[in-house]
Amino acid sequence: MSLTFDDGTFIRTDLVAPLPPPRRQIGVVGWVRENLFSSVLNTVLTICGILLVAWVVPPFVRFMIIDAVWTGENREACLGPDVGACWPFIHAKFGQLIYGFYPIDQRWRPDIVFAAGILLMVPLLVPSWPFKRLNSLLFFVLYPVVSFVLLTGGNIDASAFLFEHFGLIHALVGDVTVAGVNATFWVDYVLTAVAVAALVGGLLALLGGSGTGAARTTLWVFLAFGALVLVWDIDFGLEYVETRQWGGLLVTLVIAVTGIVASLPLGILLALGRRSQMPIVRLLSVVFIEFWRGVPLITVLFFATYMLPLFLPQGTNPDALLRALVGVALFSAAYMAEVVRGGLQAISKGQYEGAMAMGLSWSQMMRLIILPQALTLVIPGIVNSFISLFKDTTLVLIVSIFDFLGQLRASFTDPNWASPVTLYTGFAFAGLVYFLFCFGMSRYSLFVERRLNTSHRR
Amino acid sequence: MTDLVEHAPARAKSSFINDPKVRSIGLQIIALIVVVVLGWMFADNARENLAAQKIATGFGFLDNTAGFGINQTLIPYSETSTYGRAFVVGLLNTILVAVVGIILATVIGFLVGIGRLSKNFVVRLISTIYVEVLRNLPPLFQILFWYLAVLSAMPNPRQSINLLDEVFISNRGIIIPRPLFGEGTGLVLWAMGLALICAILFGHWAAARQEETGRRLPVLWVNLSLLIGLPMIAMIITGFPITFERPELKGFNFVGGIRVIPEFVALTVALATYTAAFIAENVRSGIQAVSHGQTEAAHSLGLRNGQTLRLVIIPQAMRVIIPPLTSQYLNLTKNSSLAVGIGYPDLVAVFAGTTLNQTGQAIEIIAITMGVYLVLSIITSVIMNSYNKRVALVER
Repeated sequence: MSLTFDDGTFIRTDLVAPLPPPRRQIGVVGWVRENLFSSVLNTVLTICGILLVAWVVPPFVRFMIIDAVWTGENREACLGPDVGACWPFIHAKFGQLIYGFYPIDQRWRPDIVFAAGILLMVPLLVPSWPFKRLNSLLFFVLYPVVSFVLLTGGNIDASAFLFEHFGLIHALVGDVTVAGVNATFWVDYVLTAVAVAALVGGLLALLGGSGTGAARTTLWVFLAFGALVLVWDIDFGLEYVETRQWGGLLVTLVIAVTGIVASLPLGILLALGRRSQMPIVRLLSVVFIEFWRGVPLITVLFFATYMLPLFLPQGTNPDALLRALVGVALFSAAYMAEVVRGGLQAISKGQYEGAMAMGLSWSQMMRLIILPQALTLVIPGIVNSFISLFKDTTLVLIVSIFDFLGQLRASFTDPNWASPVTLYTGFAFAGLVYFLFCFGMSRYSLFVERRLNTSHRR
Repeated sequence: MTDLVEHAPARAKSSFINDPKVRSIGLQIIALIVVVVLGWMFADNARENLAAQKIATGFGFLDNTAGFGINQTLIPYSETSTYGRAFVVGLLNTILVAVVGIILATVIGFLVGIGRLSKNFVVRLISTIYVEVLRNLPPLFQILFWYLAVLSAMPNPRQSINLLDEVFISNRGIIIPRPLFGEGTGLVLWAMGLALICAILFGHWAAARQEETGRRLPVLWVNLSLLIGLPMIAMIITGFPITFERPELKGFNFVGGIRVIPEFVALTVALATYTAAFIAENVRSGIQAVSHGQTEAAHSLGLRNGQTLRLVIIPQAMRVIIPPLTSQYLNLTKNSSLAVGIGYPDLVAVFAGTTLNQTGQAIEIIAITMGVYLVLSIITSVIMNSYNKRVALVER
């Protein structure tokens, strides 16, 4: 055995280029083999699936677009053997579906409310946008008040109601009206505010607490409430539109947005109550939350419609929509409380301890440290409960408030448009609207979830 | 040192109002007073209002004659029955929808949930579309769609869709054969009960034996043959006492069989498919929550694919799936109150609807209705909590 090295030896200095993978495993063919026909069961499933798609999709597209009727004045256009969706029906009923029976010449008012809502909502939802604090203040405080005045027409006599209970000067002087605003009431109001603030401040100072602070807080509360009453009291010259005339998408959005705006502060309070150390406060919060979460929304609406008027003083007969709103707000507050509680529980104990070590009081700790973090964490949860609230607004049709679905149902009975395809067209359109709203929101909540999720997922 | 001693009494001078203990007690007393005063005001107003409207209070109305008909009753009921009986009829109808809906929703939900994780692109696509579409449409919309657009569009009884001459689908509902229980049915039922008890006992014994010896017994096959075999033997002995009455078309309508009203079909199908979309998501997240290492570890121990799934993945996934699954069941039960939208006689429609309109006793009726749902959800959450305690990971 000898080892020879002759000069003819070939030594490769670089790697051979790799062969391409077998053609059956790459590209379209490879993907199809891997994903669709990897086993017998898979092949059967694929074929069944494709058959299902072929059975559903072409007739759907034909109905919605190809065979659809696009122009017409009444039902005549949509009669025929192979007619698809009757879009002129939607066109004719569009106003009714969006605004209900809101007076046609006043529809610019809901339009402004819609536009303002979008203008305030979009910057609030985009995480990188600045001025979040101002923006949410505008959306959660100013927007509801402005919308209320715009939609109803404002000029409600809130002062007259309050008078009968708290009037001091009124009893002596009677009504003195200056520029459409009841002056006596406001003198009365200021006097009451000062008196109550002095009383509260004095009482606290007597007990050794900070009297001036308490008095200042009381005055702020009176100021905020007074501003609200003043805005409602001013006559802007808008025509009064009673809520019975509202309807369609307007009512759907009013209920959903009111529900979420009202339930957020209430839900935060309840969540804090449930996590509190004080047994009575905790018990009350738990009972409240579990009660509303345990009953269906329908019974809540029945409660608000039939039972609530019995609980209020005789003679007060609140508006039907307002009653439904109260029910929806209480109901969604309970769900919101659980969402917020989840956020509070996710904040590590170190944050609480750190805040306390800095010498912050309980309210400062919550306001400055805990709640900002907890609320950011639960944005997806809040959006999800908004989605379910949005879907639940359809239930008000059972207590005869005509929301979007209610208007749709009502429009089916119009003999002018009675045709075999009317029903399907209506359902297709309403389904599309609901789907776009809910799907859009659920995508947004997913987006926030991904943004917040910094863990490494497999 | 002296500084500290001298500062200590200074703290005691600070007002007792700043003492956290005093504050917390004071706050609680204030909260309690507010709640009691509000409750007292509501009660007082209610008393005055009821007196003004001359509405009697109390639950005596339950014994009065109802005087309205109900189009689906599981127990004998007529217009001369009492409101109390109408309540029971409505409650049973609610439970019927809930039970059938829950079974259907679970089956569809698990299939779709597994489909969303399938390697097969077509299956995954269809499952995803199913979940996204059904989840994002309001349930009442779906119920109305099934009721108005699907079931009302069915042919009339004369041209009804005929399945094997046994089941007929028309716009009057679905007609299915009615089982007739002849003599000897009792024995068959006893056999069923006995088989069930035997199967449970055998399962326990087999588990104990596996702990002891390590041998696995074919529990599934033994129990299946027990559950099918015993009632079959009883049937053969008694000469097949259970027969089916076939529906027949006579004139314009069907005679015989059981008519399942379209309201029931629309409500159950809509709720089941709607809830199934949520269950599918729970199932998917439950399976995804089991880490991939578990599968790898099971494979390296030599378990086959089926065994890995059955013994390792599913038990762990179920721990994640079951709590949200129960809350979906509860949601379905609560959503069954949407029946009132299409006129299915459930608890809300019969009791909070018709009975309330006739008697005007809003407080009693709404309290009872809410109470029923509350009791249902409390029972569920109690069961859930005990289950959670049993399966929760014990951290040592």
